[in-house]
Amino acid sequence: MSRVRPGRDDSPDRLYTLTGGRSSSGSTAFDVVTLVVAESDPVPGMQSEHAAILRMCRFPTAVVEVAAGLGLPVSITRILLADLHDTGRISARHPRPTSYRLPDHDILEQVLVGLRNL
Amino acid sequence: MDSVTSEPQHRTLSSTADNGLKIVVVGGFGVGKTTLVRSVSEIRPLNTEETMSQAGEGIDDTVGVAAKTATTVAFDFGRISLDERNVLYLFGAPGQERFWFLWDRLFSGTLGAVVLVDTRRIADSWYAVDRLEHHGTPFVVACNDFGGAAHGPEAIREALDLADEVPLVFCDARSRESSKQVLIALVEHLKNVVAAAPEGAPRPIPEPAP
Repeated sequence: MSRVRPGRDDSPDRLYTLTGGRSSSGSTAFDVVTLVVAESDPVPGMQSEHAAILRMCRFPTAVVEVAAGLGLPVSITRILLADLHDTGRISARHPRPTSYRLPDHDILEQVLVGLRNL
Repeated sequence: MDSVTSEPQHRTLSSTADNGLKIVVVGGFGVGKTTLVRSVSEIRPLNTEETMSQAGEGIDDTVGVAAKTATTVAFDFGRISLDERNVLYLFGAPGQERFWFLWDRLFSGTLGAVVLVDTRRIADSWYAVDRLEHHGTPFVVACNDFGGAAHGPEAIREALDLADEVPLVFCDARSRESSKQVLIALVEHLKNVVAAAPEGAPRPIPEPAP
């Protein structure tokens, strides 16, 4: 398999170009498993990555799936998502348990039920 | 290179899905991480990567890293729709040193981890066990069966210097049922950890996600 690894051989210049020179996605914290849902269709003239995200996220799609679909590093994907989120073109469903506590007992029960049903 | 306009080649999630969950499978090269993920995933495992470079998020993180050096970690992942709301993402991640620089950014809030071990190369797993303990991430150890000489659980525990409360299971990562049992063992362990923790106790590692 000789598939090109996303980002690996890309120069930082190219990635900067995609993000308009920014290296941080600002205040909106997209977890790798935050589920993204498009709230609008792509419009003519839109940056191609933004349009691709809107097409990809017609149904809930995790940030990491968007990154894989775009062939871009997660951090760059987060910046692109923040653009769309800031303009109301996507909504974000963030993971429920907070990051700093042990998982909720009810969530664990739901995970167990789901796994046993596999 | 794939066009950015290509559509994902897998089935979509339910429109009611609203809670993404994470479990990380850590192990050395060739130990069967991708095999295990593929065994239980509803999608063909996808590959992506995170990079900590000049163009990366949170450039302050690169203090101490040579300016031109990009830390890049590739990982693959699969997905299990648990019910109409909960979706479990299963990440196969390398245990090498640079990976742990990116742990907080990628895997903060993870339910727990599976350390996948090849009993012929137990030393490959020492670092992963050490790092997970450092991060306060609950984990189980799963020995993938490569048909080599059988090691008893006691010998493996001793070789990994594993705490008594950490479950040790044996599996065949090629088998869906066996891989599923590994995940169930982890979640059962998590329930015990939660039950033993004081109400609302914070995890030992309080660093915020970027």
